[in-house]
Amino acid sequence: MENKKKLKVSAIRNGTVIDRIPAGELFHVIEILGLARGNFQMTFGTNLESKVLGTKSIIKISDKFFEEDDVNRIALVAPDAILNIIREYQVVEKRPVVIPPEICGLVRCLNPRCITNHEPVKTRFTTGITPEGLVLRCHYCEKETGQKHLQIINNN
Amino acid sequence: MQVLDLAGKYEKDTNRPIYKDKVIACIFFEPSTRTRLSFETAANRLGARVIGFSSLNATSISKGESLKDTIKMVSNYADMIVMRHPLDGAARYASEIAGCPIVNAGDGANQHPTQTLLDMYSIWKTQGTLENLSITMVGDLKYGRTVHSLLQAMSHFNPRFRFVSCDELAIPREYKNFLDSRGIPYSEHKLLEGQILNTDILYMTRIQQERFQDPMEFEKVRNLMSLDASMLTGARPNLRILHPLPRVNEIATDVDDRPEAYYFEQARNGVYTRMGIITYLMNQ
Repeated sequence: MENKKKLKVSAIRNGTVIDRIPAGELFHVIEILGLARGNFQMTFGTNLESKVLGTKSIIKISDKFFEEDDVNRIALVAPDAILNIIREYQVVEKRPVVIPPEICGLVRCLNPRCITNHEPVKTRFTTGITPEGLVLRCHYCEKETGQKHLQIINNN
Repeated sequence: MQVLDLAGKYEKDTNRPIYKDKVIACIFFEPSTRTRLSFETAANRLGARVIGFSSLNATSISKGESLKDTIKMVSNYADMIVMRHPLDGAARYASEIAGCPIVNAGDGANQHPTQTLLDMYSIWKTQGTLENLSITMVGDLKYGRTVHSLLQAMSHFNPRFRFVSCDELAIPREYKNFLDSRGIPYSEHKLLEGQILNTDILYMTRIQQERFQDPMEFEKVRNLMSLDASMLTGARPNLRILHPLPRVNEIATDVDDRPEAYYFEQARNGVYTRMGIITYLMNQ
């Protein structure tokens, strides 16, 4: 049984494994990290069993290592994600993602009257935690967008 | 505080043509009477020449020109731009692309900072201080940008707030979070009566009928938040009533002759404060 589980997504020699992605957020994570546009060798699995999340997705990218600022952007949709840095088939580092203090050009402002929804302005938010969870405060209109209303901007 | 000091100086000596060599653009993408006229008056009293528009019909914006292009173009002509725009955040965006200072004369439902500075000047002048005041805000606390701006500005001076409003127009959660994060006390009420006695500043705002789908509901709510002279019995002697104007029915005309009524003087303070703002920015 243990071997079968491991074979669901094949091992990589060097690279990054992003684990504990909520099952429904897999393609957002791929989008945020720009993985669809790279020529990386990548495998992913979704709706895998997870003790923490119930179901999860996982992405394995060969010969790719991320800058911390880049990868922290996925914290918006996958706050529990763990990065496993792989070298010669061994996990040499496990790194949780951290919500960055500022998010640029990634999320749409929820306020329809915000200038960013009318002019070609790159959105910019500061992040904060409230009793209701993560909120993004727009640099321009100063309105707050809550986590459940996040709309990732599609750059394709 | 520098702006308020300058406003105090200009109130004593109103005609100071120190910017004869400057051009100030007043570009108003939506209608305004008080703000535009008081800025133009302030600029003229300082000797600056004023260019601009107050209607989009005769501009390239009606041809589809972007805000970015309009700002880039106008900032080539003027030493300072005073702008009002219907979209939230437009002024901050303009300040990032303009080659000259931008004064936000109102951006959608977001901020109206020059109104706030004139409100603060009025508070300072009537109370002798900005510190430790009890401020009661009444009416449209949800959409009223003057309320939001004043709340944030006064948060630096250890205030205590009361909010009088109906559920439909209550102060938004984000501003309550803001006050909570700074440990500033506040309370919420549905009825104005009973909230005046321990107040230093009563900040009234207009309730717009179009915010309500049911006209009956509007009438009910308006009556709960309207002020008349009889309600001022027993008020603190230093109480002053402010209103950004225009008012409709929220302040009865029998209040106008009371010593607490300050809204018309408040509007006049707008010119001095805007002279102060122009001077402060020209000196940067």
